Amino acid sequence: MSVLVNKNSKILVQGFTGKEGTFHAEQMIAYGTNVVGGVTPGKGGQNHLGKPVFNTVEQAVKATGADVSIIFVPPPFAADSIMEAADAGIKLIVCITEGIPTKDMINVKEYIKSRNCRLIGPNCPGVITADEAKVGIMPGFVFKKGRIGIVSKSGTLTYEAADQVVKAGLGISSAIGIGGDPIIGTSTKEAVELFMNDPDTDGIVMIGEIGGGMEAEAARWIKEHGTKPVVGFIAGQTAPPGRRMGHAGAIVGGSDDTAAAKMRILKECGITVVVSPAEIGKTIAELIKVPA
Amino acid sequence: MNIHEYQGKEIIKKYGVAIQEGIVANTPDEAVEAAKKLTAQTGTKWHVVKAQVHAGGRGKGGGIKLAKNLDEVKDWASKIIGMTLVTKQTGADGKKVNSVLISQDVFYPGESEPKEYYMSVLLNRATGRFIIMYSTEGGMDIEEVAEKTPHLIFKEEIDPKVGLQQFQVRQIAFNLGVTGEAYKSMIKFVNALYSAFIDIDASMFEINPVLKTSDNKIIAVDAKVNLDDNALFRHPDLEVLRDTREEDPTEVEAAEHDLNYVKLDGNVGCMVNGAGLAMATMDIIKVSGGEPANFLDVGGTADANRVEQAFHIILKDPNVKAILVNIFGGIVRCDRVAQGIVDAYKNMGNITVPIIVRLQGTNAVEAKKIIDESGLKVFSAIELQEAADLVKKVLS
Repeated sequence: MSVLVNKNSKILVQGFTGKEGTFHAEQMIAYGTNVVGGVTPGKGGQNHLGKPVFNTVEQAVKATGADVSIIFVPPPFAADSIMEAADAGIKLIVCITEGIPTKDMINVKEYIKSRNCRLIGPNCPGVITADEAKVGIMPGFVFKKGRIGIVSKSGTLTYEAADQVVKAGLGISSAIGIGGDPIIGTSTKEAVELFMNDPDTDGIVMIGEIGGGMEAEAARWIKEHGTKPVVGFIAGQTAPPGRRMGHAGAIVGGSDDTAAAKMRILKECGITVVVSPAEIGKTIAELIKVPA
Repeated sequence: MNIHEYQGKEIIKKYGVAIQEGIVANTPDEAVEAAKKLTAQTGTKWHVVKAQVHAGGRGKGGGIKLAKNLDEVKDWASKIIGMTLVTKQTGADGKKVNSVLISQDVFYPGESEPKEYYMSVLLNRATGRFIIMYSTEGGMDIEEVAEKTPHLIFKEEIDPKVGLQQFQVRQIAFNLGVTGEAYKSMIKFVNALYSAFIDIDASMFEINPVLKTSDNKIIAVDAKVNLDDNALFRHPDLEVLRDTREEDPTEVEAAEHDLNYVKLDGNVGCMVNGAGLAMATMDIIKVSGGEPANFLDVGGTADANRVEQAFHIILKDPNVKAILVNIFGGIVRCDRVAQGIVDAYKNMGNITVPIIVRLQGTNAVEAKKIIDESGLKVFSAIELQEAADLVKKVLS
């Protein structure tokens, strides 16, 4: 079962016929993901990758019963696409697009509040449940089936962590790339909470980075409600203040959002913090093997 | 994207924000002309000569001076233009000053005491909403105010459904303690400032100080304006305000090649795919006894051409004693990246520092073989820990 997506999820691809959409939809289908169709305004009625194309998300949902959508729409139009999906009754919206203006995301966040849906991203690698569904751009083969959940703001660092977990003799239940923007749909805490409540997950790897207060919020929640071991890593220990490190949200703005401050808070909340990113897999394996 | 004080002031003025008037000058002679013109326009007797650089703390660094006559304007302008200004925010190397803003003197005597306030508009990441943050303690370092007198900092959060409300604007004016004419000016000031912020897709405004003049005007004496890079496609008129002289030349060059590069002070360069992994790679350099010389995200397509450009950028920094390449090949195949590295290395021909290449993911084993059999001074690794050990080895 795991979290957010599984083999029964019916997935729609927004921006289906574009270059990115086509490439990654193909990969998702090859992984065995249940892609039921796509949306590209103006191309409704066509067939693409053997799946139907619709003009609107509403039409697509009516025709296919889709409950999950993944968005590969360019930044100027991506916020609109998220709201279209929410309005059409999609329950899980995964937005891969990087570079959406902050003002647009403020409106999106407000808009989806009153709709019954969850947003993952934007600027994220997506969500994968090993051997069931890949709703994202991650390399599927890295995520061997197992019982560790991964929450991360970044793409390749998530793959790195998954690879280490697998090499340490464990595997992945699901991995959630929550995204590296200042405003994202699902916080670190919410993603951690999903894994804490998931009977198929025994331990959690939580990967954060400089900027914002989401890791600290998650850590405090874990201290109160956590029932499973958590390994934490915060990227950007060597990042200078005031400089943006690639991700729009990765900037040290005060004394509370440095890597050092976050690591301290995580430790205080009982999370096993690794200083070296090479020790993520090894460390979770040690925690899981110790009988509780 | 950061812009200069004079550019920021021009923008907010268009929206009705009253500002300390000024004219930008690139030479001492231009400064004198600017001063004469400004006196004609505003009646100001004295002038303030303000260095235009993208950094705060200019006053303490010697970049803001009061001139009491035209000779002093010329004198200060010739001293400030061309100087390397070192402030709390520039780092030890400082920043070269290319122009000055000749500004009116706004602390003239009058019926009431002038008073300085602080005001900024920015994103509250925790709630995903914009806030106006303001304080009675203007003209000072706001971090210091936050630490010593946090009760003097106020915040108004804006509900995106309805925007800034007038009760909030009144609250700001009351909390700042302005009355009479100054109250009316403050209401107008805050409304105009916020509409400018929203309209131009800014990511931060910091007006420090906001000044109540002796004749009860409310004006912006400084303007730090930061624009949302992701929204620049909507504002071609603002995009041209970029002053690349304010940025590190290597970073500008990297950006032209679509490489996301930030120069740092360390001795080990790195080239990585993905921002998160790039930060993690910087961290592992530190764990291995080095200091990262840069952040560099090559993105998804690490072909020979991009790898060569990246090497070229990293090696511009004479402090670089070794380079760690860390690529996690998911969709991109490691053997292709390895071939790209070998080709780039041979093409450049003049690489003297040791290079450690860690390729993990699709076809990692084939990739290691390509590197190992290339006959080049390149160390290969598959696991991150191996790469870390190699960094340690080449540094010792």
